[in-house]
Amino acid sequence: MVTFIIRRVLQTIVVILLVTVLVFSIMHLMPGDPVLMFLGPDASVEQIDHYKKQFGLDLPLPVQYFKWAGNLFKGEFGDSLVYRQDIGPLILAKLKVTLTIAIPAFVIAVTIGMFLGIMAAIYRGRWVDSFITVLANIGMATPTFWLSILCVYIFSLTLGWLPVQGFTFPSEDFALAVRRMVLPVSMLALGPMAVFARQTRSAMLEIIRQDFIRTGRSKGLGERRVIYVHALRNALIPVVTVMGMQLGYMLGGSVLIEQVFVIPGMGSMLITAILNKDYQLVQSAVLVIAGGISLCNLLVDIAYGYIDPRIRIS
Amino acid sequence: MTTMMNEAETGSPGAVMPGASSVAAPKSSRARQFWKTLLSRKTVMVSLAVLIIAMLTALLAPLIAPYEPNAPDLRNALKPPSSDHWLGTDALGRDVLSRIIYGSRVSLAVGFVSVAIAGSIGMMLGLVAGYVGGKTESVIMRCIDVMMSIPLIILALFIAALIGKGLGNVMLAIGLGMMPSYARLTRGQVKSVKQLDYVTAGVISGTGRIRNMFKHILPNCLSPIIVLMTMNLGMAILTEASLSFLGLGINPPTASWGAMISDGYNHLRTLPLLSLAPGVAIILVVLAFNVVGDALRDTLDPRLRGAL
Repeated sequence: MVTFIIRRVLQTIVVILLVTVLVFSIMHLMPGDPVLMFLGPDASVEQIDHYKKQFGLDLPLPVQYFKWAGNLFKGEFGDSLVYRQDIGPLILAKLKVTLTIAIPAFVIAVTIGMFLGIMAAIYRGRWVDSFITVLANIGMATPTFWLSILCVYIFSLTLGWLPVQGFTFPSEDFALAVRRMVLPVSMLALGPMAVFARQTRSAMLEIIRQDFIRTGRSKGLGERRVIYVHALRNALIPVVTVMGMQLGYMLGGSVLIEQVFVIPGMGSMLITAILNKDYQLVQSAVLVIAGGISLCNLLVDIAYGYIDPRIRIS
Repeated sequence: MTTMMNEAETGSPGAVMPGASSVAAPKSSRARQFWKTLLSRKTVMVSLAVLIIAMLTALLAPLIAPYEPNAPDLRNALKPPSSDHWLGTDALGRDVLSRIIYGSRVSLAVGFVSVAIAGSIGMMLGLVAGYVGGKTESVIMRCIDVMMSIPLIILALFIAALIGKGLGNVMLAIGLGMMPSYARLTRGQVKSVKQLDYVTAGVISGTGRIRNMFKHILPNCLSPIIVLMTMNLGMAILTEASLSFLGLGINPPTASWGAMISDGYNHLRTLPLLSLAPGVAIILVVLAFNVVGDALRDTLDPRLRGAL
């Protein structure tokens, strides 16, 4: 198991290092001069030179990369051109906002999605199964931003129950924060919820047909115990894998949700940075996102190794 | 949509084992059996009908659309649905129905082309990685891991920002963003097919590497790749709509369903249909592709027939 963990940790480090190379290369291949874009077409040559020097953009690309990567190890992300502030604290503040929305959404998606999946598998072929399956299929085919707009129209503009947009931390004003978070959290949870429901259903159906379940039933175990203890524990393996992937999907989805609900999180910051060619900020934000996802996948793989001994042996 | 990709990718539960479809029956009889199983569900028939209608709409758009989709008519701006404009008009007075009809061209083109880009590049990389193995495989697969650690929409946003807006660029951005799944899937398939006796026999009898790869291995890896392609068509359409919604997709004034939703959002209070109607079109087409993809997967994998 230790060898397995060491191998996966090393792989993750290599992936994160390669992400830094990829992100850096992509951002510097972009057409357009970020300094010119930032200062405007009327900027003088002196001003441009000054800014390029200030942000290190006058150095050769490999030097810029190593300087940037070296600073990353020291925890220094550099300064943002657009926000005119240190990127580290900026990303931390934005990440806090995004996670305030994403964590409850993830918990809701996992619990409700798995519950629906189990129900569909237990009542396979009946109306409950058909209803959940159809709902899950529609959930996966619906653009999140469109459904968000529809919900804003119904619950905010027509019924007036919820605010149209905005964000408040629960620590500032709990009641307002909850009212403002209802729509974004449920919209962000919907897609992954459908995925978890489908995955749990498939995994449960696969497990239910296996011999050890038949043995459990034939030796007189209660149906509840067979389903929730023996079947679910084994069905969890593929579901856990999907959890890691869905976390990435949620961070991607938050870009759209934050645009619709005007939430000042990582997603809207990333769009602003891309549109304004703020190299440093985009690099750092994508690195944080990719690093976070790689780390989650690492944890999932380690958990997977514990759950299923066949994996760590192979 | 991610699961559909994952299921086919990881081999569980939906992936097709190599050679699973190879039963000892005449080719024509197998084809008949395939279509019979595929079309046995009503939902598949309905989905195929939706897709045929969508494709005909895209092809015949100039004949069907009641108005020119990009021609502004400010005197008729923001009109509610009427007998002249069935779905009303947008802020520039353009007919919403005509723009939805023309928007189908963009969505379907993006779907098919980006999946073709993703499939062809990913398949080649996976084939080389799986067949050659060793350091080549490690290098290719680490690069694939890197791309997979960035969410599709963010990767596509990145590439779109790099190469600029526009139909061709969006197709390329989405294609490159989806490519890693194909590389990973193909590699896995190639590695298992490579072990089969007939491939070893080919190597012993002196068949060249390239010929072995393309003639003997690749054709036997295609089933799950085709399934993944069908499932990814919907995902590509959703990603294009998302990019256009964020303003990094199709260039205006070309009609795109995602951009139409975004434009209509400003008039949600007065004319909700502007945003809501294009969304219904997206859902119908994506749902139809997903249902057909699922059915294709079940048909090509006899182990799962009837289970889903």
